[in-house]
Amino acid sequence: MTAAFLPALTAKASAAAHPNPHPNPRPDTPCDCATPVLTARPDATVIRHGTIVAKAHAPDTPPTDLTARLQTAAHPTLATTLLPPLHLTPTELQGRPVTLWPYGTPVDRDDPDAAPWEAAATLLARLHTVPPPTTLPHPLPPMRGPAKAAHAVARLHAAGPHPAAPPVLRAWAALPPWARAETPPPGPHLLCHGDFHLGQLVRTPEGHWRLIDVDDLGTGNPAWDLARPAAWYACGLLAPDEWTRFLDTYRGAGGAAVPADGADPWPALDVPARALTVQTAALAITKSVAADRPLDEIEQALVDACDRMSRMPPRPAELAPETTK
Amino acid sequence: MQCPKCHAPMHTYNRNGVQIEQCNGCRGIFLDYGELESLTRLEAQWGGQQAPPPPAPQAYPAPPAPQGYPAAQAPAWGAPHGGHGGHGGHYGGHSRHKSFGHMLFSS
Ligand SMILES: [Zn+2]
Repeated sequence: MTAAFLPALTAKASAAAHPNPHPNPRPDTPCDCATPVLTARPDATVIRHGTIVAKAHAPDTPPTDLTARLQTAAHPTLATTLLPPLHLTPTELQGRPVTLWPYGTPVDRDDPDAAPWEAAATLLARLHTVPPPTTLPHPLPPMRGPAKAAHAVARLHAAGPHPAAPPVLRAWAALPPWARAETPPPGPHLLCHGDFHLGQLVRTPEGHWRLIDVDDLGTGNPAWDLARPAAWYACGLLAPDEWTRFLDTYRGAGGAAVPADGADPWPALDVPARALTVQTAALAITKSVAADRPLDEIEQALVDACDRMSRMPPRPAELAPETTK
Repeated sequence: MQCPKCHAPMHTYNRNGVQIEQCNGCRGIFLDYGELESLTRLEAQWGGQQAPPPPAPQAYPAPPAPQGYPAAQAPAWGAPHGGHGGHGGHYGGHSRHKSFGHMLFSS
């Protein structure tokens, strides 16, 4: 990213935020609205300017995949599920695709009690009940959940030896090939978010929760979208009552990832929850190596779970989740 | 229905014709009036053997369940969620904020 990148991205957001006339009395100078950087990672730069969010995607993002994902987010079928983009195609800035979005208020990270578990579950259930081939205008690529897990493990390998790495790698090795992005997943291919966590929810000015970040959106096993809360619950990091609120709401809303109410959801959730635990542990170790610090207790809990799961391989019968609806 | 003890939701399932409610939070099992008698009667029918262990949810059909899922709806590799007070869990107090922050912003 060049030094001129952020100002150029800001100019794009500003132009969208202030259609003519710009309130700045001197339009030849940059406007002086605050432009907080919301995300600054190699694969994503996200800034806010007034009511607009501009996202610069990774330089190697396949343009057709991103366009299909944008058009899905803009599709009327998903109007109450996904935040729609301002435009149906990305623009380009210094070799990176850029997309523009309305600003929405994120979940308050300082208030766990206010976490919108029910809203999250309802949105995911809605997403998972959209029949992708018939409804959506463009064929979607596969959901990128397993690819993200594989990427995290590749980063762990690249980080060099670490005492906590072996149990994580053992747990990874015990996963079926589809969960390691080596083969397509079995079972139903439904519309999935691909990287669900609470940072992927925003509230619109009208007060509606919507899912954001379509970079990993695609078709696949919907249990993957439940896997992060499931993994945190399984690792003892999410209280049972919150997990139950999430799961019960999902089921009540007709979500297709787990069997209907009463049945054990874990045969469907087991493999994705293991994969998310491995992914999160791998990234935690990678970050701790980069920062030259020990693992904190949360990160250690994830590694401990990997150690336990590597001694209890997933049962083959559960590799193929059954359609529930 | 909510657990009268910890207020988590409860799940109902059927054990040999007897309705049983188990709490998702503390794993407590609650029996309505007459249900204990029914279970005791069943126990007697089984020839004075030891009473059956607390039932697993029907969900996991007819367990040969090799190293599978215990009665609680959590994976076998999961961390112990220690009922009330949460020994074993990290979701209380300071840890709760910390794990919540991790959960929000880790991709
Ligand atoms: Zn401005």
